[in-house]
Amino acid sequence: MKRYITDYPIKIDWIPILFFVLLVGIGWVNIYSASSSETGNGIFDLSKPYGKQLVYIILSLVMVIVVFAIESKFYERFSVVFYLISIVFLLGIFVFGKKISGATSWFVFGGFSLQPSEFAKVTTVMVLAKYLSDGQINMKNPQHLLTALLLIIVPALLVLIQPDAGSALVFLSLILVLYLRGMSGWFVFVAMIAVLIFLMTLLLSVNWVILVSFVFFVISYFFIPRKKKMIGPLIALFILCSTLSYSVDFIFKNVFEQRHRDRFNIVLGLAEDKQGIGFNTYQSKIAIGSGGFWGKGYLEGTQTKGNFVPAQHTDYIFTTVGEEWGFLGSAIVILLFAGLLFRLLFLTERQKTPFAKWYGYGLVTVLFIHFMVNIGMVIGLIPTIGIPLPFFSYGGSALWGFTLLLFIFLKLDGNRVNEW
Amino acid sequence: MRRFFLHGLIIFSALAFLIKLAQLQLVDNAYEILSNNIAIKKVYDYPERGYIFDRNGKLMVTNQPSYDIMVIPKDVKDIDVDELCTLLKINRSDYDNILKKAFNYSPRLPSVFIPQLSKDDFAALQEKMWKFKGFYIQKRALRDYQTKSASNVLGYIAEANEQLISNDLYYQMGDLVGIQGVEKYYEEYLRGVKGVKYIQKDRFNRDIGSYKDGVYDSLPRQGQDLELTIDLELQQYGELLMQNKRGGIVAIEPATGEILAMISAPSYDPSLLIGRERSKNFTKLYHDSIAKPLYDRGLLAEYPPGSTFKILNALVALQEGVIDENTTVPCNHGFFYAKGSFMKCHGHPSPLNLNGGIYNSCNAYFGTVYKKTIDKYAKTSEGINKWSEHVKSFGLGDFLGYDLPTGRKGFVPNAAYYDRAYRNDRWRSSATVSNAIGQGELLTTPIQLANYTAAIANRGYYYTPHIIRKIDDESVDKSGLVKKNKTTIDAKYFEPIVAGMFDVFEKGTARGVRVEGIEICGKTGTAENFAKINGKRVQLTDHSIFIAFAPKDHPKIAIAVFVENGYWGARWAGPIASLMIQKHLNDTISRKDLEKRMLEGSLLDEYMKPISGLPFTINK
Repeated sequence: MKRYITDYPIKIDWIPILFFVLLVGIGWVNIYSASSSETGNGIFDLSKPYGKQLVYIILSLVMVIVVFAIESKFYERFSVVFYLISIVFLLGIFVFGKKISGATSWFVFGGFSLQPSEFAKVTTVMVLAKYLSDGQINMKNPQHLLTALLLIIVPALLVLIQPDAGSALVFLSLILVLYLRGMSGWFVFVAMIAVLIFLMTLLLSVNWVILVSFVFFVISYFFIPRKKKMIGPLIALFILCSTLSYSVDFIFKNVFEQRHRDRFNIVLGLAEDKQGIGFNTYQSKIAIGSGGFWGKGYLEGTQTKGNFVPAQHTDYIFTTVGEEWGFLGSAIVILLFAGLLFRLLFLTERQKTPFAKWYGYGLVTVLFIHFMVNIGMVIGLIPTIGIPLPFFSYGGSALWGFTLLLFIFLKLDGNRVNEW
Repeated sequence: MRRFFLHGLIIFSALAFLIKLAQLQLVDNAYEILSNNIAIKKVYDYPERGYIFDRNGKLMVTNQPSYDIMVIPKDVKDIDVDELCTLLKINRSDYDNILKKAFNYSPRLPSVFIPQLSKDDFAALQEKMWKFKGFYIQKRALRDYQTKSASNVLGYIAEANEQLISNDLYYQMGDLVGIQGVEKYYEEYLRGVKGVKYIQKDRFNRDIGSYKDGVYDSLPRQGQDLELTIDLELQQYGELLMQNKRGGIVAIEPATGEILAMISAPSYDPSLLIGRERSKNFTKLYHDSIAKPLYDRGLLAEYPPGSTFKILNALVALQEGVIDENTTVPCNHGFFYAKGSFMKCHGHPSPLNLNGGIYNSCNAYFGTVYKKTIDKYAKTSEGINKWSEHVKSFGLGDFLGYDLPTGRKGFVPNAAYYDRAYRNDRWRSSATVSNAIGQGELLTTPIQLANYTAAIANRGYYYTPHIIRKIDDESVDKSGLVKKNKTTIDAKYFEPIVAGMFDVFEKGTARGVRVEGIEICGKTGTAENFAKINGKRVQLTDHSIFIAFAPKDHPKIAIAVFVENGYWGARWAGPIASLMIQKHLNDTISRKDLEKRMLEGSLLDEYMKPISGLPFTINK
């Protein structure tokens, strides 16, 4: 171990650390508001989420020190080992895991619970960066592409069957990194079209999809320059779209059971369900919407105090910001996230080692998808998918996962001068 | 492009979030209102529901207090459960069960713990309630019926269901709302407007005083009393006459369109639908699929009008000029209306003129007259449509527009209907000849038939039938509700018809129920009807039908009576109509033996036939 202890001094970029401190701090302040009650017993009250979160935060700072203390080469060299360990943990969950609110995602030791999927996000980013950092790798080569995809899809599948669709989505979002590495844009394009057809089939109907795609292909036929006209491929594409739409429709109607259909219908807004899943979004929109420009003031949020928003200190923590700090506070938090992401992108692009660079892209992608899905869900822009807001939401595993993810990168970045 | 892909995504998402947040927090204030709904408690002050009177000022419906024990599970702390159980007369396991149920509904919101305590229990509890934290007594008002009649007219009230609560912001969980009849149609008048006090709550759900010093608070507005057009005595008498029979009676005052009585038999005592036995009783009434006591036959039952409809065919023929009152038609126990098609008739002198045709109810006469009317036009379809138009001008085949929440259209066929049934233009007047005698496709509800009788009584027009007379002792402006509807028949053509209807009592089919001293005009009807038994169409005993109005000049009442499976019109419906008329005009009944026969007569055996599973004979 000794040879992995860092040779000081290193050049740490302080700007992301500032963002980190701000986000964690603001997050805790809001967790306090969302979970405090008259029976509270000081900020270290371990029976309350805010008390526990304070402990998690302190432990995360210890983690930061450890991460900085370890030499940066360590992460690259052992990434595969970490990855395999996390896969084993994900598998172990099916044997030793405990079911909490419908999903078997936790190991429970006494009063503490650990969610291995949060750590698997770190190791997957690491192993992907390791694989992509090999100069021989070419994303146009099907075998290479398949290997990279497998690295992503294996943990995605394991969390999907827990079931934790939100985390699965986070893993799948890493495909974006493959695109940045040179994977054909067609994959992204085709994936987007497939998602579009999928949603349109469920929201409208098969006939609509066929009509719209027919019109689309007729128009594109006339817009393609004369000599390049490819009637054949266009027809093939049209048939492909229609077939996809039909099979989605068929599977939905004939293979799915009613409970699956219900869930989709609610998520897609086809069925109103204020008492079920739709209830969360409804309550969170009320809380945020009632904040106005200035907010109701800290600890003055009537919705927050009344515990009207479910899971408010975890996935719905942003509603507290919206209600008590208003548009002003919400905008600041959004700008803080955007600022952090931009700074990290900037850092990523200045990396000299390929591992650090691809790790950076993975980090930005994971943080971004959490940010986008969480806030989008809370303000009702996208369907309910339960993933935490990085650094903000209550929860030890998530906080530690994000801390590791971020600070390993800062360590890599800080060490770039020592590489050459 | 690839290089800036992530940049683009981040900027795009952040912008989308800011725009959506601006819309939620700055533009749309619906969420602020919703938040106030939740964080600011509203305390309601319920006004008393309006009373309901009959046309003579007789009280029909008032209110009685009732006391619910409510619980807010979260607030239940340190109470002597055993003492509470003793006071409420429940045992410990009941207590636990109810509390658990309430907790599952909501720990924070009030649930009903014990509904509708008696006054004695309430008195005993009232002094001790302070001991039981989390429990309180909610006073509610229940209806108190002063009559056992008119349940179909009055309707009932019940707790608002979730659908109503989500559609109408006025109602909350537990509010009572009119479900049927007058209670439903005049809900907004009867209920008044509840008062509201806004109470500011702090984050621990404690009341911290009036919100903004009560500027938004309002006082309750009393419910308004209704005076109905119903004559309670006539209504009760009609219900008595209809006991052990099924059918409907509707009586209308022709000069105004006011509904004097609306009987649906069998009926039920409205008091069954209040109090602690309500749901048990309701289930029982609701599931009686044979007698259907909740089904308002006066408004909803569609029957063929039978021979009572002949009057209208005569009017149409006169208006169309195809006959006059001297036109005679021969009848030899019926007539051939087409080659090989014979319509039967009963024995009477032949040939008959219009007057004789009416009082003898001659099928041949009206079959011929009907065919003449239709065949006046070159195309049968044109003739049918003309006929249909005349018929509909009497308010048949469509909603009448009265102020009660249910109804049926009935049915009057037109050319388009027969085109569908027989293929275009392949049918002639003979195919539709059942219309001549009120059979076939024709369907009418009792209120439609009563209204049609009123139009004859008025010699050519009717006022929209209605149930409201006064609101809060003030005459209501009925101009939006009640309209004078002119029929397409000229007034002069009614006199020979009215004379014929008069002779129905003097020497015709209803001579047996003549009333000395009252000039009644009427018409009997006997309608064939069928039921499906084990998938087979089986004919049942004919419906007994009667329409009448009286007195002949300046009529005060027009009435239609349907008695299901009563056979001849003169057997049940005729006597009942004549008794009702006498009751209304003279207030005393001279023919005690007839009254006794009607009161005691029962058709229950007849109604058992189709469900007994045994072979049976009809029209006995």
